[in-house]
Amino acid sequence: MDHRPQAWGRPRDDVYGAYDHSYMQDNGPKQNTQQPIVTGTSVIGIKFKDGVVMAADNLASYGSLARFTDVKRLRPFAGTSIVGFSGDISDMQYLDRHLIDLSLSEAYESPDKPRLSAANLHRYLAKLLYSRRSKFDPLWNHLLVGGLDDAGEPFLAAADLLGSTYSSPSLATGFGAMLAQPIMRRYAPDEESAKKLSREEAVNIVKEAMKVLFYRDARSLDSYSLAIVTKDGVELKENEKLEDQSWAFADRIKGYGTQTV
Amino acid sequence: MFRNNYDNDSVTFSPQGRIFQIEYAGEAVKQGSVVVGIASKTHVGLFASVPGNKKSKADLGARGTKQRNAEELSSYQKKLFEIDEHTAIAIAGLTSDARVLSNFMKQQCLGHRLTYGRPIPIHTLVGMIGEKAQINTQVYGKRPYGIGLLVAGVDENGPHLFEFQPSGMTEEMVAFAIGARSQMARTYLERNIDKFADCSKEELVKHGLRALKESLVQDKELTVENTSVGLVGLTEGPKGRPIIEPFKLYDGFEVKTWIESVSEGQGGEGPEAEGETAPEGMDVDS
Repeated sequence: MDHRPQAWGRPRDDVYGAYDHSYMQDNGPKQNTQQPIVTGTSVIGIKFKDGVVMAADNLASYGSLARFTDVKRLRPFAGTSIVGFSGDISDMQYLDRHLIDLSLSEAYESPDKPRLSAANLHRYLAKLLYSRRSKFDPLWNHLLVGGLDDAGEPFLAAADLLGSTYSSPSLATGFGAMLAQPIMRRYAPDEESAKKLSREEAVNIVKEAMKVLFYRDARSLDSYSLAIVTKDGVELKENEKLEDQSWAFADRIKGYGTQTV
Repeated sequence: MFRNNYDNDSVTFSPQGRIFQIEYAGEAVKQGSVVVGIASKTHVGLFASVPGNKKSKADLGARGTKQRNAEELSSYQKKLFEIDEHTAIAIAGLTSDARVLSNFMKQQCLGHRLTYGRPIPIHTLVGMIGEKAQINTQVYGKRPYGIGLLVAGVDENGPHLFEFQPSGMTEEMVAFAIGARSQMARTYLERNIDKFADCSKEELVKHGLRALKESLVQDKELTVENTSVGLVGLTEGPKGRPIIEPFKLYDGFEVKTWIESVSEGQGGEGPEAEGETAPEGMDVDS
């Protein structure tokens, strides 16, 4: 029996053979995150008359495996804004803890009134992502931030793992940028038309887009979270189910999954 | 022989539990000329003036509120400084220490604008200089800042006025005065404290200048050379949302009408001041 401390917790050489130290990566350059591991897929959001609607499904995939089916990817901030995370789930959890700390220190500074608007929050997150990518240790996320800006107007903007930012009446990350964005743009091609959308219309558009994403995105789930942000606060429903699915369009598609044909 | 043994550094307590270096720093603030600050519901005003009103000296010095230094030919010292669009300070004490703090505050304001895209909340900013100054009272080899500040500014919660002392103490105030003979000004402010909240900008300035006048030494008057006024506040923007009215410093001829308006009522002490007698001569630092 090898009692040397170096051997503690290692497989026994006499049983398993000599330990292959190449797995330990003793030498070679230090590596930061090279790819996301457990991932969340698209987040979508659209502005309407008095606020923003945002949605993301509740799935965390491990590669192509649907590993965790109850992961909430929309996080409210200080009861006034919503942040939607796609990309790496562990980085999302890191950011979430960070945002909780931030909201607590903000609440401590001014207990009577929330102060960081969605626009302020978005700027902060973008700077955070940029500073991490500048350390070559990016937070592997693509975020949507929704809420109201300093002037009380609906606010929706994105920030990615490089710290790039952009904004539009409707936004989608990941696969949603290809599949959901065109649908939402049909209803809200510009700011004026987004201003005319009612809350119900916006919710219906998002529900429709989530359905299309479930049809065509292989890393998606039919249970999702839906958030509506207005001046009255954040309304977050975390266990929505897709309704009225019709797979008729897929009737003649064959050659995948468990089909035996 | 009779030297005080406990005032060599800022980390040694005297047997009575005092830290003399901090108290000395507080004395430095009392040597500086008086500054007054008043907050209403919409605006904050900072007011400064200095003893001595030799008009001919005005051209020698820098622009701004002037403090006449001991030497006749030295320049006048500016007392009010803009930190950011929405905040400003008034200083009393060692000017070079004020420079350090003011540079620090300017940097924090810009940093906050960069990372959050908004003007820094005044409470946050004042907290930062409070922490910074307190460290100087607790680390061997450092010394307290010999400077007192009035920090005026506006944020989402409205106008704010803070007092800052070399000990690192900060306190929010409705109205306050620091510097030489500031007790007289504080007495005036205390008598009128209930009026400040609903003051208009003009009324605020008049109260500020009257408070300043209380602190002037005998025979001296407020003049366009020795007086300056700084104002920052909130105004009604589009859709009824308050927007920041940026800090503005009023100097020289800009304060002329204000000075005249408070000097007219010499006897009666202005329209509504209940012309009380001279303020009780409390312990006035020279």
